Amino acid sequence: MKGKVHKYKDNVNTDEIIPARYLNDSSPAALAAHCMEDIDKAFVGKVKKGDMIVAEKNFGCGSSREHAPIAIKASGISCVIACDFARIFFRNSINIGLPILECPEAAKDAENGDELEVDLEAGKIENLTKGKVYFVPPFPPEVRAIIDRGGLLE
Amino acid sequence: MAMTLSQKILAAHAGLDAVVPGQLITAKLDLVLGNDITSPVAVKEIEAHGGGKVFDKSKVALVMDHFVPNKDIKSAEQCKCCRNFAREQGIENFFDVGEMGIEHALLPEKGLVGAGDLVIGADSHTCTYGALGAFSTGVGSTDMAYGMLTGTAWFKVPSAIKVALTGKPAAHVSGKDVILHLIGRIGVSGALYKSLEFVGDGVKYMTMDDRLTICNMAIEAGAKNGVFACDDVTLAYLKEHCSKTPAIFTADPDAEYEREVVIDLSALKPTVSFPHLPENTHTVDEIGDIEIDQVVIGSCTNGRISDLRAAAAVLKGRRVRKGVRTIVIPATQSIYLQALEEGLIRTFIEAGAVVSTPTCGPCLGGYMGILARGEKCVATTNRNFVGRMGAEDSEIYLASPYVAACSAVLGKIGVL
Repeated sequence: MKGKVHKYKDNVNTDEIIPARYLNDSSPAALAAHCMEDIDKAFVGKVKKGDMIVAEKNFGCGSSREHAPIAIKASGISCVIACDFARIFFRNSINIGLPILECPEAAKDAENGDELEVDLEAGKIENLTKGKVYFVPPFPPEVRAIIDRGGLLE
Repeated sequence: MAMTLSQKILAAHAGLDAVVPGQLITAKLDLVLGNDITSPVAVKEIEAHGGGKVFDKSKVALVMDHFVPNKDIKSAEQCKCCRNFAREQGIENFFDVGEMGIEHALLPEKGLVGAGDLVIGADSHTCTYGALGAFSTGVGSTDMAYGMLTGTAWFKVPSAIKVALTGKPAAHVSGKDVILHLIGRIGVSGALYKSLEFVGDGVKYMTMDDRLTICNMAIEAGAKNGVFACDDVTLAYLKEHCSKTPAIFTADPDAEYEREVVIDLSALKPTVSFPHLPENTHTVDEIGDIEIDQVVIGSCTNGRISDLRAAAAVLKGRRVRKGVRTIVIPATQSIYLQALEEGLIRTFIEAGAVVSTPTCGPCLGGYMGILARGEKCVATTNRNFVGRMGAEDSEIYLASPYVAACSAVLGKIGVL
């Protein structure tokens, strides 16, 4: 997968990813229409299929709302990379089949608009703009099995 | 190998003699919880995957609390989805208008969680029940769906931080001040993926309501769970509310902790978290003049009877400052009724506050107290993120019911 970076800082919370005022409708399209609204009003207008969200520490903290990874996935984002993730967001992303990688070096180096290429199988992140390559350790087999079948309930 | 309290509960539910941090296990659940926001997503997931029956009709709890009584048509449709599912599945613990309360206040009150239980809930504040000596953690809707169908969930065994409470707190220092202080010390990701285990000779001064508040906000430090070992305070509470036999687990004396944080309760002062993160803490004596527009006293963090008593003790014989909209929300019907019988509701109304039916409403910016642009609110809730209670540039200051009530009278953040 290949796409442009939308870069954010530390502690992006799920209220910013999808504000609760939109949680009266759980359809992916309705949620995607307001994705990142309280942190980046321009996101919905500029995101293209395949793009990636890159953030720094504790991405997805706060509420357990699965609406957050659903909104991100439905907006066309192919992968989220961060230094680390809040644990419920991490579980939720795996459970719905949204690729998610913890890689502090890649996350810190990446800037808005950089082009990244990610090979999940090889655990490889390449920043094509900066000409840098990063590797992440593979998921444990139990988690990999959930990702491979496309989600926990698949 | 020596285990922490959290690890022991997980091991017992996974049928294992021992577990180690980082190990992935599948464990049996004693209760699966969802609300009117998260359950519809789980119900749709189940339907999309061919349906199926819940593993145990008595071990699923669905609580309609976030946008209830419904604030709009879409919210009403979400509750209808839950209501139909509960009826079709024969779910015994379905709580709708008239019976509902804010889930994390309601479940302990109804006796649905006991000591030693393993609980997941599609709500991040499910970690509240660690106060009862349970391992309890928040998950998303897909985990909830899987848990409802199979009675199991996968867990990565957490390591733990030991939080030693020492000394006796001063008057007006509550569980809320303890947890805000802790989050201020370790940060909003200070306990990421870890357990917070509360121990020490100061624990005996923490009432059950204090402990519920403390464990409720473990998630705001990133923790997987927060837990107090079952003691006399726990047993007395469970005896009154819960018919299950408590399963008492204790940490091994030589259990390994990643770090230890000591909190001297006698040195704590009423504490306030400034926008826009719970870790931005200041003690109330070091705050300048910050005028406020609204006060909210309630939520799964601080909507219990002791919270209402603390607020009413301040408001008795006083008036809230003109222009400060003061909203009091008892967390359950039974708390509401008790507050009524104790005269607290009269005190609130005479002081110029309004009293609402139980709802999560304003805490997450749903309804019943949304903030306009630039407005400032002191809330006894749990999150002060950007836009959490309304406009993006509104500001939320988190505090205890005592500080919130004093601030309502003063018209600015402070104590009387």
